[in-house]
Amino acid sequence: MPRFGLSPLFVEMAQAARLVVFALAVLCVGQYAGAQDTPLLSGGVGFFTSTNGGNTTYQPIIEPLLAAPIGQHLLIESRAALIETYAPRSNGLSGYDHTFFGALTYLQGDAILTPHVTLVGGSFLIPFGTYNERLSPIWISNFQDGPLISSLGLASTGTGVGGMLRGSAISHRKYSIDYAAYFSARSGSEQFHSERSSGGRASLYLPDKRLEIGLSYNRLLQDVHENFYGAHVWWEPKNTAFRLRSEFARGHHAQGYWIEADYRTQAFGGLDSFIGRFEPVFRMQQTFRRDTVVSDGLPLANTQRADFGLDYNLPHNVRIITSYARQFSSAGNRNIWETGIVYRFLFPAWKGKSQ
Amino acid sequence: MSLKRPLFGFLLLNVALMPLMAAPQPRSRSQAAQQTDVKAHAKQISGANTSVHQDEGQRVFEQNCSRCHAAPDGFSSRISGTVVRHMRVRASLSQHDEQELLRFLNP
Repeated sequence: MPRFGLSPLFVEMAQAARLVVFALAVLCVGQYAGAQDTPLLSGGVGFFTSTNGGNTTYQPIIEPLLAAPIGQHLLIESRAALIETYAPRSNGLSGYDHTFFGALTYLQGDAILTPHVTLVGGSFLIPFGTYNERLSPIWISNFQDGPLISSLGLASTGTGVGGMLRGSAISHRKYSIDYAAYFSARSGSEQFHSERSSGGRASLYLPDKRLEIGLSYNRLLQDVHENFYGAHVWWEPKNTAFRLRSEFARGHHAQGYWIEADYRTQAFGGLDSFIGRFEPVFRMQQTFRRDTVVSDGLPLANTQRADFGLDYNLPHNVRIITSYARQFSSAGNRNIWETGIVYRFLFPAWKGKSQ
Repeated sequence: MSLKRPLFGFLLLNVALMPLMAAPQPRSRSQAAQQTDVKAHAKQISGANTSVHQDEGQRVFEQNCSRCHAAPDGFSSRISGTVVRHMRVRASLSQHDEQELLRFLNP
């Protein structure tokens, strides 16, 4: 919203500048860190196009991530998203409209209390399922868009403002168990919007089988209290570049699942050969309504969707992501074509001496 | 639609991608020594002469880092401690695994 007669572009740039200044301020906090503990800047720069039901949108995006250690036991980390979206005008008008979105995805402080307990405070990603915490960064995800059920259990925004305890409960050669438990307060702040909720996740990992099984729970503690349940299974057979990931989530009004498989062959000169850099990806997902109350972000009609992707992993941390999806629902079937390119960067925040 | 903003976005993207378009330059010896090459470490360690620590570090790397994302081509050894601490929180590593991963990245 323009303020004081300034143009929207100026206001948006001012917001972006505030983010940068804030990031620099956080960086300065960690300037006395050790030689291997120099603060880092990482993240992804991408350009995406998506054609959904005949409408094509274009989306330049930057997702910077900052991590700044303080002393031996503290870490400040934050991720932001700067997105410009160009979409066709509605109501039969020609041309494109564009919107800018810039916000901190999370900003948290981590205190390593014991070998098995880390205390997280601030604005953090809600630990429900696997997509939100692990797969949502643009330089990690195999597809441009998240699963249909990705909003379940994430209290609208995907972030909580409060505290979290997490860590590795048990870590053996044969098995390991990790956990995360959080409480989030309600926050109406523009940058750190969150809902009052509580929950957590526990996962069992079997290294020999390369199998992970986890359960998640979340309870919304404001307005109508609702429970969300989640389960995930990840399997990556040893000595292969095949990965199978899946997740199920059940909310008060809807439920669904996704299964994703990706593979890179090592048969033609390894993963870094011309052929080995190709990565076919497939994702199947279904959502089911339990009632018609609109409160969870899932489609209003039962939906089935199959995504067929072909990614290519270029040298220098560049990735081309392409996919075709066919979505079936009583509200209408549609084709979704997506292409994009993502560059992942990772470097020290400033020059310094090596150890 | 104003041309300024798409142009700005396009230029920003180009500036960001510029390093990729340039031909890779040979690094000086000192620069190369300061880089942590995760993939190269993994290849070296897969040989016969491996230490227990390196094996352990590679195991931690494979089971906790590369399960979610591909290994980066390389990064400065000055941030290896920060990378590991970030991974400790994000992947819920134990203290032992954190130390082994740091040794793996800085043999």
